[in-house]
Amino acid sequence: MRFELMYDSFFKIIQGIPLTLEVVFLSTIFGLFLAVGVALMRVSNNKIFSNFAYYFIYTIRGTPLLLQLFFIYYGLAQFSFIRESFLWFFLEDPLFCGILTLTLSTAAYSAEIIRGGMQSVAPAYIEAGSSMGMSKMLRLRKIILPITIRQALPAYGNELILMVKATSLISIVTLMEITGIARTIISKTYAPVEIFIVAGSIYLLINFIITRFIKYAEYRLNHGSIQ
Amino acid sequence: MMELLAFGDTGWGDELLLSMVMTILVSTSSLAFGLIIGTIFASFKLSNSYILKTIAEFYTTVVRGVPELLVIYLLFFGGSGAVMYVAKIFGHMGYIELSPFTIGTIAVGAISGAYSTEVIRGAILAVPKGQFEAAQTLGMAKYTMSFKVIFPQVARLALPGIGNVWQVTLKDTALISVTGLVEIMRQSKIAAGSTHEPFIFYTVAIILYLFITSISYQFFNRAETKFSKGFVREVS
Amino acid sequence: MRIIKVFTTLLITLSLSSFALAGDWSKIRVGTEGAYEPWNYTNAAGELVGAELDLARDLCARMNADCEFVQQDWDGIIPALVQGKYDVIMAGMSITEERMKTISFSSAYMTEPAKMSTVKGSPLTTLSTAKNLNLDDDSAATKGTIGTLNAALKGLRLGVTAATIHEDFANAYLDVDLKIYPTQDEMNLDLSAGRIDAALSDSGTIEAYMGTPSGANVTFFGPNIFGGLLGEGVGAGIRQGDADLKAMFDKAIAEAAADGTIGRISTQYFGKDLAP
Repeated sequence: MRFELMYDSFFKIIQGIPLTLEVVFLSTIFGLFLAVGVALMRVSNNKIFSNFAYYFIYTIRGTPLLLQLFFIYYGLAQFSFIRESFLWFFLEDPLFCGILTLTLSTAAYSAEIIRGGMQSVAPAYIEAGSSMGMSKMLRLRKIILPITIRQALPAYGNELILMVKATSLISIVTLMEITGIARTIISKTYAPVEIFIVAGSIYLLINFIITRFIKYAEYRLNHGSIQ
Repeated sequence: MMELLAFGDTGWGDELLLSMVMTILVSTSSLAFGLIIGTIFASFKLSNSYILKTIAEFYTTVVRGVPELLVIYLLFFGGSGAVMYVAKIFGHMGYIELSPFTIGTIAVGAISGAYSTEVIRGAILAVPKGQFEAAQTLGMAKYTMSFKVIFPQVARLALPGIGNVWQVTLKDTALISVTGLVEIMRQSKIAAGSTHEPFIFYTVAIILYLFITSISYQFFNRAETKFSKGFVREVS
Repeated sequence: MRIIKVFTTLLITLSLSSFALAGDWSKIRVGTEGAYEPWNYTNAAGELVGAELDLARDLCARMNADCEFVQQDWDGIIPALVQGKYDVIMAGMSITEERMKTISFSSAYMTEPAKMSTVKGSPLTTLSTAKNLNLDDDSAATKGTIGTLNAALKGLRLGVTAATIHEDFANAYLDVDLKIYPTQDEMNLDLSAGRIDAALSDSGTIEAYMGTPSGANVTFFGPNIFGGLLGEGVGAGIRQGDADLKAMFDKAIAEAAADGTIGRISTQYFGKDLAP
């Protein structure tokens, strides 16, 4: 083990943390909105909507993220009609492609989590709401959403951790986040084990903080809830 | 396009099909390896030993908190180094050839094992206490109890979870192309690079993965039905 | 405990002596990338082919050795040599001082300058510079050429392959938005697609790409770049301990260069004689 090298590279690798977190943050936010939409489609009575949502989830969950990234980044760029369209303004940017891939991925997984959460809302609660004269929107806001969030939070916490881990793949499309910087250092020092231990520890630390944060949120939400 | 996907030496069809077989093989052996690790570490987690519990906790936390790609890289570069270091102590010099398949199985199995640990632990905990007590009352030895009473139930209870672990494992094998194992991901990448036709080959790769997914989905569904046959839900 | 200690020491001593005797090169394992056309690449039959594969077979025949090829991704190609996964790297790898800190090299078997490329119609194609840029030459002319290149590329996206002399060159001399790719193939695709404004690589690889339908829109610009940190040509990477193997390769390469084998192979794959 070359500890001095590990110490030096630590300070280089942490410069990738902002990009990693930016990608996690943006994809999570976009992905969550998309997930709610997909989940609502999935539970809707409209066959076309629910089928579309089913196959979207099926495809994303059934294929490796790396392959999805390659498909979006290199596969779509192959066509000149795409490169000449307005889409290229977005697809040209590796960062956009990375965020798009992760957004679609987290949307598919989160949609299932949200669906599970929604289905855990006992019909009696909703009936109680309507018998009190609550409107549909009010019931959604006051009854369904709070219960769904509380139910879905532990699983969603796991999903967040999966997202942090997934960002390591975007280094393959030229983005210099934690893994990207680590790879660059390895190509100069030929010390893959040492450098990847440093990078791995940084991911572990980020995920530890996220886990604590989710635990705290769970505690706050469950505190005072009547089960 | 048909030319590109043709069988034989001019097209990539046979290579891609072969790579699918490789993906299935390495996923299956990784899952099996992971289940062995998972069973061991699940029993660690449920043991009374503080040390064993800590070891198991450390393993699952690290593997689940570090990107799969890094775990695979670490085992790929560090793994053979470690094996050689140990071998050197025992007098063996030179490079010890671990085939890409072995390294891939160990690496993905180590990741898969962390998820299996949780699934198996959950399943053991879900076996009703009464079953253990009944077995003991009947005077069964610990070994008989484990294999005749507990294990069949754990298998049934863990099956849906193992289905999920399988799906994760299958997808993680896409990352072991770094070890040089020619599975779907690597083969489609080689073909896309060589022909400059990424769209076709990545689309084919997506289809191949979805094909495996749908087959295994049916397999697990059938297995679940089979295992629950004759199982009477407890009246609680 | 004492016995164990003695036993281990004995084993290590024994194994070390056996290591010193290890010099049986009747079988040589050659590591290559398989994604660097025409140097080394993978054909539709899934086989490794290319100029270096042909050359390796020829060199092995001269050394009375059996060659066995091992595929290894570029980013791990030096660590895997050091670990012993194979004995020699033949993967379009330039001989540089930087790499010689970790491994040693045979003498060069082929030399080729680095060159910039872009897509047809790019303003960069009109850039006029000196024909050659020799980094060993410290003159004002050299500095002038670098200056011209730098001014034209300032702030533009330049692609290089990771852990190459081209990445080193860009880092040392250019003020660009550097995009680093794992393989040449991926960089080629992005150059054609327009995700990067220019690419820096060895000229033979990009020439091979220009000959394909998707690379038809790619063209060279700027000077032939060589010397300095770009190294002394492409050689076979060998572990520092294996001086005997290096000597064998040096001899075989000298023979292959003298009898025109290298010229023939490089003409077949590159369309020109790259013999050193």
